[in-house]
Amino acid sequence: MAKHRGRGVATINYPIGMNLGGDPSQALVHSNPTGKFTVSLSSIDLGQGMKSVTRQICAETLGVPVEDVYVDTADSDTGPHCMGSFASRGTHRVGNAVMVAAREARAVMMEAAAEELEVDPGDLETDGRGAIHVKGAPHRSISVRDVAIAAQFRQGKTISGRGIFLVPLSDVDPETGEMSPATCYAHACLIAEVEVDDETGDVTVLKMTSTYELGRAINPKLVEQQLVGGSWMGMSHALFETAEPYYPDTREGPRDFNEYLMPGPGDICPHDIVVLERPAPDGPFGAKGPGEMCANPVLPAIANAVFNAVGVRVNELPITPEKVLRALKARPASVGR
Amino acid sequence: MLELRKDIFADERDDNLKEVGRPTQRQDMLGHVTGTSAYYDDHRFANLLHLKVLRSPHAHARIRSIDVEAAARAPGVKRIIRAADVPVNLNTLLSLIQFGKDDEPSLASDVVRYQGEPILAIVATSERAAREALALVRISYDPLPAVFDVEQALKPDAVSVNPAYPKNTFEYHGKYDHQKLRFGDVEAAFAQADMVLEDRYQMSPIEHAPTETNGSIAVPDTNGRFTVHTSTQALFFSLDTAAKINAMPSNQLHFIGGTVGGGFGGKVDTLTEPLAILAARLTGAPVRYRMSRHEEMQFGSPRGAERIYIKDGVMRDGRIIARKATAYFDSGAYTRLSSYAVVKCVAHIPGPYTIPNVHADVFCVFTNRTPATAMRGFGVTALDFALECQMDKDAVAIGMDPLEFRMLNAYRDGDMKAHRREAKNCALIECAQVAAEKANWPLREEFRRMSSRTARPGARAAPPQPVSPQSARAPQRISYERPAVSAPRPADTPAPPARTEPPAPPPGATHGARRFSSVFGTRRR
Repeated sequence: MAKHRGRGVATINYPIGMNLGGDPSQALVHSNPTGKFTVSLSSIDLGQGMKSVTRQICAETLGVPVEDVYVDTADSDTGPHCMGSFASRGTHRVGNAVMVAAREARAVMMEAAAEELEVDPGDLETDGRGAIHVKGAPHRSISVRDVAIAAQFRQGKTISGRGIFLVPLSDVDPETGEMSPATCYAHACLIAEVEVDDETGDVTVLKMTSTYELGRAINPKLVEQQLVGGSWMGMSHALFETAEPYYPDTREGPRDFNEYLMPGPGDICPHDIVVLERPAPDGPFGAKGPGEMCANPVLPAIANAVFNAVGVRVNELPITPEKVLRALKARPASVGR
Repeated sequence: MLELRKDIFADERDDNLKEVGRPTQRQDMLGHVTGTSAYYDDHRFANLLHLKVLRSPHAHARIRSIDVEAAARAPGVKRIIRAADVPVNLNTLLSLIQFGKDDEPSLASDVVRYQGEPILAIVATSERAAREALALVRISYDPLPAVFDVEQALKPDAVSVNPAYPKNTFEYHGKYDHQKLRFGDVEAAFAQADMVLEDRYQMSPIEHAPTETNGSIAVPDTNGRFTVHTSTQALFFSLDTAAKINAMPSNQLHFIGGTVGGGFGGKVDTLTEPLAILAARLTGAPVRYRMSRHEEMQFGSPRGAERIYIKDGVMRDGRIIARKATAYFDSGAYTRLSSYAVVKCVAHIPGPYTIPNVHADVFCVFTNRTPATAMRGFGVTALDFALECQMDKDAVAIGMDPLEFRMLNAYRDGDMKAHRREAKNCALIECAQVAAEKANWPLREEFRRMSSRTARPGARAAPPQPVSPQSARAPQRISYERPAVSAPRPADTPAPPARTEPPAPPPGATHGARRFSSVFGTRRR
């Protein structure tokens, strides 16, 4: 009777956006009379931070500070259509739509600034701090605020933009499955270290080490939040969760959080994460999206680590102590370690 | 905790950015940490009514009679809603994109097909009054035999679950009970493989377990409009679904979402909005329909369980030369979104590896259980579990390091994928290298020098044809821009006589705008 350590690995990729495409999102961007911008979306921020990601994309594209952009979401009267917040599509699809809208708004802003400075719009650049100046001549400058006031009250221009992003729907061949599922993929490798108690069947996750390639981490803190949360879900799926413990038998389904088991704070392990950025050609600033994928490598990495520790394979999730003990019992003596 | 390795792929990026890439504090942080961000249920209304549904105690039964007389007289009851009151009772979620047949009633009328299926709704002055009235409804049932196992459901004598799909499988392309993937010739490759390994994997049904359960409040507005505060994670998806079921013009509905308390895929199904709106129309009062934790756990759709069989043909030098997958998605009694996940699963096979011979059949199967729906990693999570466990077994069987085995087979830029598109923008090898370094996982020098951006040597880049070391052709990379039909039709799937070969798509036309109806052959509306 002893505790055995083992480690397992998984490498995965994940498609960004709805499979086959055909899932548009739209965005509207406009300036108020004093140069503060609103992004109008019907998209829902589930808490994962899409408001912040689209806000940073909009500010970068407009060339204004992030504090001067506010993202309004989740209203069908004011926000144009969005397919929904799922399929790891928020950063990529909505981010692209916001970028298109912000470019259109920026073009008007630069025209209005050019008219005020009496130069060609092509000679202007934004400083990202709230001013627009002639390239190479920072003293010939005007604030975004003054441009917005001039556009609104003197020039009669609306500093606004419309954006849509659509990956056109792909066909699927009935005979071969030939199709264009996605335009870009994120990647990951995760190594899990576990300890298996061969007396109780308990599996403890000691450590995770992972590398994710996400195109561009628009906001590294939000990426970290997703990857840490996702690894918790992966661990939960691997070792704890089931809505039907005796599937396909439907009985004994949990009714509340006393009966539906999930890892608590004491079950969480350290997780070292490295993020790589290989920009997607069609991503906003190359971004892909970490949303869904970060639970996926954890399940097989833990299952493989259990094998590495005690030499048994549990092919049915979740890997409960009962299943581990049964597998250990069924293991031929010659395979033991 | 999180380290950004900017040195890798640096030549492909412009890092001269001002706002993108910064760890800016989120716009809604203050509201979240002070508990003032509004959920749908934080909105308060005078004279709010509460809706509760009566759920079937049987997994499969014919409803013989429903007696609501006592319930209608119960204190606080304002309205009882039956199937006949729902303007368009039968719907399928993906009818919005013309995919699949209407197969699920908002309220069951004659037959219940899973335990927990809604039969009628009671609208009352309090949740308690609604619950107490539900207890007074008398329904008599004739229980029917039920089927719970996906492979049992496919047997010829199995009970038929869903009348829209009497054979218990979703219909693809108007003619098949599954989605196919055919690339190369797996059987010939298995015959040449040094080892053939096969196993069975079973995903568990999983609850999304959002902190905030599914729910909505429908409020009659002036001028015949309704404002709906909702927990949805797809605002227009839910709005258009609710408009269809209520036979209302979409601009009579004003949907307001919020800071959703956890979605994970479980708030796409529009479980509450249509009935809340209908109840608000019928009573003229604001109506809240929120699911209890018990309802959320057992009758809010779970992640579907998938059963996956994987068979690999592996060479002693570490190459996987064939992979065959057969998968069954347990959709429960109705389609919801599982039909979509099947195609996504097929697109994901054989994982991020270059394998010259791949064969897959994936089925969307109906059983007498709570309909499954989307959840984080939809169509992929269970497959990744199966594939990556199988990769480990393959590596152990041939005595190779499991990480090096993956890197050896990893897809690289320019490789041809099983769905016949060229791999681009790959980074699996780099992820493996960096993770190995970080975790002190020893890799041999050649693996530390590998790159996703350089072609694999020799037969590693073989075309999608049966490959053995002896028969491997000269190194050849197949680009999608070349003629697209790159694999011979497998011998075991002769083309139907009447069918003509589809023309090769024009160069570069990786995406042709099509309607889902033309893709899947089941048109609606």
